[in-house]
Amino acid sequence: MKKLLAICLVLALALSMAACGNTPASTAPVSTSEAAVSSEAAAPAEGKVLRIYCWNDEFQRRLTEFYPDYDDTAKTIGDVKVEWVMTPSDNNAYQNALDEALLNQATNAADEKIDLFLIEADYALKYTAADVDVAMDVVKDIGVTAADMAQQYQYTRDIVTDENGVQRGISWQGCPGVFIYRRSIAKDVLGTDDPVEVQETMANWDKFDETAATMAAKGYKMLGGYDDTYRTFSNNVSATWVNDKNEIVIDDAMMKWVDQTMEFTEKGYNAPNILWAPEWAATMGKDGKTFGYFGPAWFIDFVMAGNSMDVATADGGKAEAGNGAYGDYAACAGPAGYFWGGTWMCGATGSDNVSLIKDIMLKMCCDEATATGLTKSCNEFANNKKAMNAIAASDYGSAFLGGQNVIGAMAASADTIDMSKTSPYDQGLNEGFQTAFHDYFNGSVDKETALANFYKEAQVKYPELKIPA
Amino acid sequence: MAETLLAKKVKKEQKVIDWPLLLRRVLAYALLIILSILSLFAFYILFINATRAHPDIQKGFSFFPGRSLAVNWNSVITDKVLPVVKGIVNSFVVAGGCALVSTYFSAMTAYGIHAYTFKIKKQAFAFILLIMMVPTQVSALGFINLMFKMGLKNSFIPLIVPTIAAPITFFYMKQYMESALPLEIVEAARIDGSGEFFTFNRIIFPIMKPAIAVQAIFTFVSNWNNYFIPALLLEDQNKKTLPILIAQLRSADWLKFDMGKVYMLIAIAIFPVVIVYLMLSKFIVRGVALGSVKG
Amino acid sequence: MSQMTATPLKKKKGISYAKWGYIFIAPFFIVYAIFSLYPLLSTFYYSLFEHYRSGLKVIGPYFVGLENYKALFTGGDLLKYAGNTFVIWIMGFIPQIIVSMLLAAWFTDLRLRIRAQGFFKTVIYMPNLIMATAFAMLFFTLFSIGGPMNDILIDLHIISQPIDFFARTGTTRGLIAAMNFLMWYGNTTILVMAGIMGIDPSLFEAAEIDGATSGQAFRKITLPLMRPILIYVMITSMIGGIQMFDVPQILTNGKGAPNATSTTLVMFLNNHLFSKNYGMGGALSVILFIISAALSVIVFFAFNYQSDKKGGN
Repeated sequence: MKKLLAICLVLALALSMAACGNTPASTAPVSTSEAAVSSEAAAPAEGKVLRIYCWNDEFQRRLTEFYPDYDDTAKTIGDVKVEWVMTPSDNNAYQNALDEALLNQATNAADEKIDLFLIEADYALKYTAADVDVAMDVVKDIGVTAADMAQQYQYTRDIVTDENGVQRGISWQGCPGVFIYRRSIAKDVLGTDDPVEVQETMANWDKFDETAATMAAKGYKMLGGYDDTYRTFSNNVSATWVNDKNEIVIDDAMMKWVDQTMEFTEKGYNAPNILWAPEWAATMGKDGKTFGYFGPAWFIDFVMAGNSMDVATADGGKAEAGNGAYGDYAACAGPAGYFWGGTWMCGATGSDNVSLIKDIMLKMCCDEATATGLTKSCNEFANNKKAMNAIAASDYGSAFLGGQNVIGAMAASADTIDMSKTSPYDQGLNEGFQTAFHDYFNGSVDKETALANFYKEAQVKYPELKIPA
Repeated sequence: MAETLLAKKVKKEQKVIDWPLLLRRVLAYALLIILSILSLFAFYILFINATRAHPDIQKGFSFFPGRSLAVNWNSVITDKVLPVVKGIVNSFVVAGGCALVSTYFSAMTAYGIHAYTFKIKKQAFAFILLIMMVPTQVSALGFINLMFKMGLKNSFIPLIVPTIAAPITFFYMKQYMESALPLEIVEAARIDGSGEFFTFNRIIFPIMKPAIAVQAIFTFVSNWNNYFIPALLLEDQNKKTLPILIAQLRSADWLKFDMGKVYMLIAIAIFPVVIVYLMLSKFIVRGVALGSVKG
Repeated sequence: MSQMTATPLKKKKGISYAKWGYIFIAPFFIVYAIFSLYPLLSTFYYSLFEHYRSGLKVIGPYFVGLENYKALFTGGDLLKYAGNTFVIWIMGFIPQIIVSMLLAAWFTDLRLRIRAQGFFKTVIYMPNLIMATAFAMLFFTLFSIGGPMNDILIDLHIISQPIDFFARTGTTRGLIAAMNFLMWYGNTTILVMAGIMGIDPSLFEAAEIDGATSGQAFRKITLPLMRPILIYVMITSMIGGIQMFDVPQILTNGKGAPNATSTTLVMFLNNHLFSKNYGMGGALSVILFIISAALSVIVFFAFNYQSDKKGGN
């Protein structure tokens, strides 16, 4: 019996090895036979190695597609070698690796130094703070001008701006969110599925609550889970998480999220799920009774579209109306502007490839053609007002949203996002706050205990923080 | 041997039906079968999930295979930034290297303390028992720092060499020697003129085979699945081990996030370790120890 | 300990073998000194300091004496986490040791004659081959609100409403213990069996001819001869229990939910690593170390004390 098992496994492995060996080398990207490096990149003082720290291959694929001088097969830009240092984000490994590298930046040999590193919004300030000075000033040190960035959405610049107003990072994408709802449920309950009229029913939180009650009366859930609205509140706080006395301040908006979610849970307006749980994902399908979800462009295309289908595309299903709830969705701005996700790049202090970094930033983040391409071929919302407005006015439409062109609604949302109230503690505090209050929503603890648990966890993560008396 | 068999046979014929024995047998088989199902169930579901498409997996559980086996397979092996084959090789080098040096040197250390009398013997033993109890988590960051200072980033040395000093493996070897290694054998070897190293390598090591097989499996498996330290040390894509590659897939952006692919890579990562296990497990299952010392 | 000193080789014909003892244990100590001692000592050393990172800024080290220890004990949660760890460990360990001993006894029982032993012995360890992360992912989907376990329980009319297994203390701890059990019972069984295999089979045959029952043979032959291995199993399982981390960490997504009732000591330690808090983390390690050492010494001497008495008979 065991032998048979062993033989089967050996065979399977042998086959798998053989199959691997036979796979044709994946097609080389079309770019750069003529290695035409921009004039700045060829400047004499530049280093020969560009070291990029990241946690996945997203930026590598973007660079391959939109930065013509980058050769992904040879991993070169002209005569500069590109070194990708990819550390997964699991268990904070990426930040641990990045921290060690940045702290040793000054003593490392020139080619060992980090040149470019990527960060996310929640912990951006950890790396863009003025006193740690690990990311270069995008304008003064790198040379990207305010005019170059004129078309960028303000919030994407605020997130990477330090306390002295110095911008130390830049992004090619924006992730403004909208409210994505089921057309059939809207017709059934509200009598219309027109985005403008649906937006009327949720123009502010009071109206949103009323609509939720109407939904519940007809047997529907307004929301898919506890966390769905979190960002719409946490992005609209009146002050940062931590004040200048290092005290944790719980903003009114955060408590509004707690109270609203508890009310929704008690009254059955939402499904009692946590974000990403299978039950939560399942509510997006044909038999789902959930009215809508909050999310940005990537969420629509890469989470909802897949979850809405009865037969997955990989299994031969078609991305078309009739396959589950595909095509039965539409989007409106929702009660509050917010964003979700996004990656920023920073030029590391001490880099010897400054002009190459400048060129990458200009081509990837400030170029209208790149922005248009990002939206058209990658379904991203790009960080360029002019390009987005042009697409909003075009016949660009999403089959998943029944042909609706949602870029306009997203652009409107992106303009209203105010991300000047960030702190270096956002990642840990936002995660901790949501987790602590899950226990409250599911009835394990009362509100005071949940709050106390949040404070405790926060102080373990950030020993310097204090609890206000 | 023949006598005992005969004795057994006689006994069996005497008692036509031994009810308590039958009951115990039924009980034993029932428990064994339940445990086997539980133990293999996880493998079954892992492989089922490797055949399912991402949205399918997102929506929940299934006992039946999906239709995306080929799709998932292709997306794993055609991924340019995911050196799967290299990952398997690296994992083999690291886990195999650890299993090799850890068991050999642990046996050696245990033998040194078990078979010789010397001044600091007691203290040495007590010291190893003490460090066995140190949780690995906190010294991890200090360890990484030290390795960076020694210039051992992207090297397998900090993953393999420290396992020479494996207190738990040592402790097991030591305990095993106490129950299965009479020192008379060493005396006899000396009288025959065998050198100390020769005695250890040619006489003691073979006797220790079952213990070594057991600890080799444990060491191999735990290092095969190790993530925390390797993730911080190995940043060259071609040096990475499988758990890092899996974690990398799991941190993919939404454009590429694909649970079907993740499960496929997990399935691929499990195959080699299962094979190594099945190869080594024969030592445990057949019990090669029998006869070597006491037969 | 007594065993170790009972039968050392005596010097023979004036030749001292002591140097060979040093030679054989040298690699262990050299490697340990190079790779582990420094991080370990710094762990202990920094437990007396305030030393952590705020973002990228390194705070300290400032000497604070025993402040970190004081903070841990007065914070009130240390005992709670110790309690969690103990409860979850016991929930997994008791079935684990019972099942392992039972299986080992059955496999070696000549009268029982279990067939397909090779298959069973091979299969029981296999869950350990799967990465804890992957295993936990499966447990999640199995026991989620809309998962198959709830469906089955509802179909059987055991429950009427789906249970949120991960929102209740008992079920969360139970699932952690169950996963620990499933991952480690094979390991324990193998260890116990390896111990049993070191026993001369003729002893069992002799016992059988003498008419000893299976139970008698197990108690009079197997147990006493396996004592060193059993000590090993007890101590390593205890240390493993105290250091329990990956299963609860992954199964509760690092949160020890609900209400931190499944947060173990090492999860607590891991949370301190988020800010590279060498001070508090070091202090917690020292406490863990003392607990482990104390428990191990108790087990070690409890077993050896018995053996001394038996040895006298």
